Amino acid sequence: MSYLRLAWAFFRIGVMGEAAYRINFFIQLFQSLLELATSLAGLAVIFSYTNALGGWSPDEVLALVGVYFLIGGLIGLVIRPGMEQLIEDVREGTLDFTLTKPEDAQLLVSLRQVDIWQLIDILMGFGVLAAALIRLGTHVGTGQAAAFVTLLLSGGIIIYSFWLILATLSFWFVRVENILEIFQSMYEAGRWPISLYPGWLRFALTFIIPVAFAVTVPTEALTGRLSGTTVLGGVALSAVLLVVSRFIWLRGLRQYSGASA
Amino acid sequence: MNGLRDLYTQQFKTTFASMLQYRASLAIWMIGHVLEPLVYLIVWSTVSVSSGGSVGTYTTRDFAAYFLVMMLVNHVTYTWIMYEYEYRVREGGLSFALLRPAHPIHADIADNVSSKLITLPFMLLIAFVLALIFRPTIAFAPWAVAAFLPAVLLAFLLRFLIEWTLALTAFWTTRVGAVNQTYFVAMLFLSGQMAPLSLFPLPVRIAAAVLPFQWMVSFPVQLFLGQLTPIQAMEGIAAQILWVGIAFVLLRIVWRAGVRVYSAVGA
Repeated sequence: MSYLRLAWAFFRIGVMGEAAYRINFFIQLFQSLLELATSLAGLAVIFSYTNALGGWSPDEVLALVGVYFLIGGLIGLVIRPGMEQLIEDVREGTLDFTLTKPEDAQLLVSLRQVDIWQLIDILMGFGVLAAALIRLGTHVGTGQAAAFVTLLLSGGIIIYSFWLILATLSFWFVRVENILEIFQSMYEAGRWPISLYPGWLRFALTFIIPVAFAVTVPTEALTGRLSGTTVLGGVALSAVLLVVSRFIWLRGLRQYSGASA
Repeated sequence: MNGLRDLYTQQFKTTFASMLQYRASLAIWMIGHVLEPLVYLIVWSTVSVSSGGSVGTYTTRDFAAYFLVMMLVNHVTYTWIMYEYEYRVREGGLSFALLRPAHPIHADIADNVSSKLITLPFMLLIAFVLALIFRPTIAFAPWAVAAFLPAVLLAFLLRFLIEWTLALTAFWTTRVGAVNQTYFVAMLFLSGQMAPLSLFPLPVRIAAAVLPFQWMVSFPVQLFLGQLTPIQAMEGIAAQILWVGIAFVLLRIVWRAGVRVYSAVGA
């Protein structure tokens, strides 16, 4: 419960910090809408030549775009800001201030930076997803909805653990911002159903950089093309990655020598 | 002219050495430059295969050829200046550049060309490997391949001048993200990065015809692929020269106005 209180406190600080720069809201709104329009226009061009892409109907790809924005917004809201701050703190030695606080340090570094305007992307993701589901007209059963929510959560955890592992590498190799950039350009590939890609790329996007589990797999649950084993696999992977990232984090902390030490 | 040559000789010596220090950043840019065309190549190939082997005038293997050549042209012509200028203006790094007796654009051109001398061999290698996988068909016309060189150089110059001018927006606002993004969207649709321009609906094609974007990417690609007649190629190169002239004038106007409003931190 205290975790939630802490998250809420950091969120409130984020809101207060940004409330002074209201114009940022409009700029972010403009950029998010532009990105959405770009995505939709691209789909429109492609689907003017075909009515299915790798077995996915236009509305199913639309649902995928919704999930893409949703997870992308989550990354931008709290994961990326926190991890970038962590890397900087390790380099500058200012992580000391966090380590002296009476709360779990991993929790603090993960929650303390919030880029609130990214909520726009999350809301837009939900909007697109809802529109896609209405257009699909399929009745989403309780089982499917439960599988979707489960996989979305485990997708979020997988992405979080993955970023944490990358950022934690800064305890050993000081300059790692570049690795985060690689993730961003790989994430772009998640806009499209992973099944389109040739085997080697699909493998990379599933197991090396887990974009597939974050975007394609939850959408597959919603459009009813998923088996129970994949759901279990996703949950298991998220649990494993969470434990591994925690382990690497603790090992990394031992490596940390502080600002002046 | 002699002065300029000496300037570039010196610049290349220093920037080539400094670019070698940014190997990691260069490699990461390359991943992006390979991945985006690759994704569109795969998407359009899928569409082509599912609609009987072709879309418009493009067969599946034509798409492979288009996107692999596009990948190289896009890489040769790209700049990162729009990301860098905001930082330069905000942190005051531009002040040092202004103190030097030469226009700062020369150092940026030298930087850019150096980086590509380093990355181009790798890009060619990647394109070669991808060609083995996707097996493109290219109907080489010797004259078109010869005309490709000036076309791609003009495309580089045009893109450089336009993006350098746009980067100067940083003089007036520190929030250049929205401007940059708008530009990238225009490039995506109107320069041929997302698809061959002939596949877009008429309004987009008209916009592409009257705006400069297609001359930065699409035109050299189509020329290399042998899709243009000699007349079209000459018209295209003339259009590129015209746009370079317009961009040059624009750059001078914006630069003068910008330097006047520039006040660095601590100045």
